[in-house]
Amino acid sequence: MAEIPLLSVRNLVVEFPSRRGTLRAIDDVSFDIAEGEVLGMVGESGAGKSLTGAAIIGLLEPPGRIAGGEILLRGERIDNLAAEPMRRIRGKRIGMVFQDPLTSLNPLYTVAEQLIETIRTHISCTERVARERAIALLDRVGIPAARRRIDDYPHHFSGGMRQRVVIALALAAEPDLVIADEPTTALDVSVQAQIIDVLKEICAERGASVMLITHDMGVIAETADRVAVLYAGRLAEIGPVRDVIQAAEHPYTQGLMGSIPTLTQTDTRLVQIPGSMPRLDAIPKGCPFNPRCPHVMDRCRHDRPVLIARGSKREVACWLYEAVREEVHHG
Amino acid sequence: MTAFIIRRLLQSILVMLTVALVAFALFRFVGDPIASMVGQETTLAERQELREMLGLNDPFIVQFFTFVSRAVVGDFGISYRLQQPVMELILSRLPATLELALVSGFFAFIFGVGFGVYTALRRGGWLSSSIMTISLIGVSLPTFLIGVLLIWVFAVEFQWLPSFGRGDVVDLGGWWRTGLLTESGRASLILPAITLGLYQMTLIMRLVRAEMLEVLRTDYIKFARARGLTNRAVHFGHALKNTLVPVITITGLQLGSIIAFAIITETVFQWPGVGALFINSVRFVDVPVMAAYLMLIALVFVVINLIVDLLYYVVDPRLRVDRAGAGH
Ligand SMILES: Nc1ncnc2c1ncn2[C@@H]1O[C@H](COP(=O)(O)OP(=O)(O)O)[C@@H](O)[C@H]1O
Ligand code: SF4
Ligand SMILES: [Mg+2]
Repeated sequence: MAEIPLLSVRNLVVEFPSRRGTLRAIDDVSFDIAEGEVLGMVGESGAGKSLTGAAIIGLLEPPGRIAGGEILLRGERIDNLAAEPMRRIRGKRIGMVFQDPLTSLNPLYTVAEQLIETIRTHISCTERVARERAIALLDRVGIPAARRRIDDYPHHFSGGMRQRVVIALALAAEPDLVIADEPTTALDVSVQAQIIDVLKEICAERGASVMLITHDMGVIAETADRVAVLYAGRLAEIGPVRDVIQAAEHPYTQGLMGSIPTLTQTDTRLVQIPGSMPRLDAIPKGCPFNPRCPHVMDRCRHDRPVLIARGSKREVACWLYEAVREEVHHG
Repeated sequence: MTAFIIRRLLQSILVMLTVALVAFALFRFVGDPIASMVGQETTLAERQELREMLGLNDPFIVQFFTFVSRAVVGDFGISYRLQQPVMELILSRLPATLELALVSGFFAFIFGVGFGVYTALRRGGWLSSSIMTISLIGVSLPTFLIGVLLIWVFAVEFQWLPSFGRGDVVDLGGWWRTGLLTESGRASLILPAITLGLYQMTLIMRLVRAEMLEVLRTDYIKFARARGLTNRAVHFGHALKNTLVPVITITGLQLGSIIAFAIITETVFQWPGVGALFINSVRFVDVPVMAAYLMLIALVFVVINLIVDLLYYVVDPRLRVDRAGAGH
């Protein structure tokens, strides 16, 4: 508690005003990322993972907007910054890796041009120094013959190699936090593990924290320190990876766990969650998971569950755990 | 690269041959060349003799071959109307048309790209909306009407600019007469250039705007922003460059249309170019001039096409041959 977290997201709300009323895509989401920590963020497609990332880095696309809450970087608010100071944070303090390396790089510029441009935007140095830095970076992310390849255009590289270039670009100005939004989803299965390894290693080496967005629990299990589970724009559960994987508490997380094939558990049953995540304009009252929940109770249909602390490190938003901590709870 | 150029050259030759066929057909089907050349009192036998001498009785394919081989060296015969070699006539008129077309093309490109980028970046602003609305008028008004309106306002009402002709010209090396070096020449160029370029400008502007909005939505623009690049770098370094790739093609091709559309503008402003020459030759069924003009316009289109393709090649690295072993 004494230490200020690198990133702190407090009660974040993201809304899309539309003709048929306002859509709330992120609703009261809070989490911290400590220095050097890897936070995994999981959830089905449409759960709000990318929007959370975009909100943090200040790139929500209008009309989407932060309608509530705060985002703090080392204790300072960044959610209400003007355009120019926020731009200086992007790349320099928060880096971002997108999903599709085939479309993340500008096809008309060489890798060298894009790297040097990024480095020189944030660090004042000569073209030559920037170029040497760029070569070292490419070398570090595992591009063979970096010195020769640096002047190639993106289309000269394979998908996996391009994602390494993207990682080099995201890390070019040594950010403290890297948000990686499904960095391997678009890649061939054979290179996915390598890309995750490279990302993890470099960030560890530099002490950078990572917010790793994915819908692959397997990747989270191997990479993250803590995991946050998102459902319909709300946090379902958050806690240390090992605890959550071995003993998921939220019924939704339990369902997700059931779908990791690699996990060797004694009582392995492949739990398939029936139904699908609700659309933003049809999120049910009470607990958003209630129509699919095997443990649904009366209360779940009326009252929205709050995050309940489970021990010192875990939190879960589910009424099943309310009774246990009734005496501590003071609204 | 070489294979690409050769293929494009062959295609161009095919296009030119097709146009040559059309031009040649003019001779056969539009009027009787003998009738246009001889007087009323010429006898039938004399006509027949002339016909034989000119090769008009040869098989079609032989005549066509003769036509093409003469056209290749610029020999389109003698104008029926003006009794001068057609090529000489065209060459003397060409500088006027080219200067008009290039100047209006240049300004159409500069303003088209400028307005296009502005309206894309300031989407929804009142100035952008006004530009877009005015541009609609530019596309929908016919060229001659714009020309007449401009003459009325700037030549008749305000009397700022001349309404017809090319002003004073300067002879450059005996084969190019330019109006760009005299004040009256430049003043005379303004109204026709606006008339001719307005449509192309609005076209380019709308194209640039649409393309730029498209590019601004791409992942690499998002990633460029996420890297903290300045707006300036994102808009003009990244977005504009990618926007211009397809725009260059279309704009280049527009230059061909500008030269072709110059007919109307030249007529409205009595501009002494090849377009006006063509209109007059049509009026007098001066077939050699018509045929040569057709071939000239086709040649302009083909050459521009070729240059645009090569330019495309230079601008977009993806089209260049991959370095051996580089892609893996
Ligand atoms: N521009 C938009 N307008 C309306 N809704 C949007 C918009 N962008 C995203 N959303 C909605 O926000 C929700 C979260 O999206 P996203 O963060 O991309 O999910 P994911 O977890 O798959 O990354 C989705 O339901 C999506 O439909
Ligand atoms: S609050 Fe109720 S419906 Fe929601 S997950 Fe818990 S038990 Fe299921
Ligand atoms: Mg996403």
